[in-house]
Amino acid sequence: MKPRSDSLPLIRVWEVLFACLVMILVWQAVVWVTQVESFILPGPWAVASAFVNQFALIWHHTLITAVEVMVGLVLGVTAGILTALNLTMSERGRKLIMPALVMSQTIPVFALAPLLTLWLGYGLASKIAMAVLIVYFPVTSTFLDGLANTPKGYLDIAHTMRSPNRSTLMQIRFPAAVPSLTSGIRLAAVYAPIGAVIGEWVGASNGLGYLMLLANGRVKIDLMFAALVALCILTVTIRAIIGLICDRAVKWSGMNNR
Amino acid sequence: MGAPDHAIPGLRLSGEFSYSERPLFSDLMLELLPGSWTCLLGSSGIGKSTLLRLIAGLETGGSFSGSISASDNLPVDGRVAYMAQSDLLLPWLTVRQNVSLGASLRREPLDHVKIDHLIHRVGLEEYISNKPGELSGGMRQRCALARTLMEDTPLVLLDEPFSALDPVTRRQMQALASSTLQNRTVLLVTHDLAEALRLGRRIYAMSQGKLEEFDLPACRSVRELDDPAMMDIQSRIFSVLNA
Repeated sequence: MKPRSDSLPLIRVWEVLFACLVMILVWQAVVWVTQVESFILPGPWAVASAFVNQFALIWHHTLITAVEVMVGLVLGVTAGILTALNLTMSERGRKLIMPALVMSQTIPVFALAPLLTLWLGYGLASKIAMAVLIVYFPVTSTFLDGLANTPKGYLDIAHTMRSPNRSTLMQIRFPAAVPSLTSGIRLAAVYAPIGAVIGEWVGASNGLGYLMLLANGRVKIDLMFAALVALCILTVTIRAIIGLICDRAVKWSGMNNR
Repeated sequence: MGAPDHAIPGLRLSGEFSYSERPLFSDLMLELLPGSWTCLLGSSGIGKSTLLRLIAGLETGGSFSGSISASDNLPVDGRVAYMAQSDLLLPWLTVRQNVSLGASLRREPLDHVKIDHLIHRVGLEEYISNKPGELSGGMRQRCALARTLMEDTPLVLLDEPFSALDPVTRRQMQALASSTLQNRTVLLVTHDLAEALRLGRRIYAMSQGKLEEFDLPACRSVRELDDPAMMDIQSRIFSVLNA
């Protein structure tokens, strides 16, 4: 079996750089050919100089968004893990909560953003809550799936060893489900920034989402694009770090090459 | 160390078993001699493992009506150790942690002296902190044997534990298992006639839901097969299996 991994370090760095270069060239070509006004689509050079000139401002807002995303990720992943473990232990709980959990997914998280801002205010809390909400379900459902699909032989061994259910869950089902859990966490790492930025759009005085709206309102489209680039770099970085941690966890579990 | 000190019970299984209304075996009678090896022999898919899983109290997917009882009238449940064809070592644990898995699951204090002794006995002392992924198939099966011995149960159920090994390693494992599992009531499920003859005190040949019983002369450890009496039993068992 091939080692299972879709994390960033496996994509060669030069391939990423080359892809970026192609994108920038196409972007520049579009600007030249269409002669579009710079307040509609600024060229790469204008965006780059906005990025450099306003770096302190962008950095400040990037840090705020990064905190929201990281805290949201940690809380959302923890809540997802605890929910999946408890639902695995209790069949009644599963019957009671699973339908509600699935139903809740029909509500777009984005539609909740104004409510969260109303309840939790304009500060970090409402953005973190958005990130948590968007992260929670994929982590819960992938981990729950993994916990339910423990190799049967392991459970046979646990049964003949008279293992209490809780020990079987924590010492066998949990480690055996690490690959499923990490695929949920990898998804979460990409979703969490979306949640945070949407929270910032609805109402905030800090963060990259706020900066983008502000720049847009003042027709500083180059700054808006620069903020977008910062958001891209932030997401890719978080995804890469989470990817590395997940790779380590899967390697530790040994479940990828049994 | 080795066998538990109280008297080793035998085991008797009788009854019938069916898969979704279709009988797999009816009127079955299987008796494990106390403190010795019984082999259950038959071709693949005939239901040998199902019988073993029944005794182990594991999920079989069918329904059994009858009785499974130990000769000392104590419950069978909780006095059985189980070893399967695949070693079923947990890949995230080291050799040492795998050997002590039972105690760790039951949250019992670990008997470090016994763990080290058993690991030494199966010859894995140099690999004590290695994970199963770093071991060969034979070494993994030896680790699984140590884990089985660690459980210290009077009844040991072996479901083709050596069938995935190469012939040389298989013979070594047979000798090791035979010496370490002396004085235990062992049921070995196998499709290898030579293996059954080498290890069994009693052999059940299984064909079409029927069991035929063959008792072999007592023997200290692994039996050699070049004896003329063995040839005779061999051909008789073959005729049952071919029926």
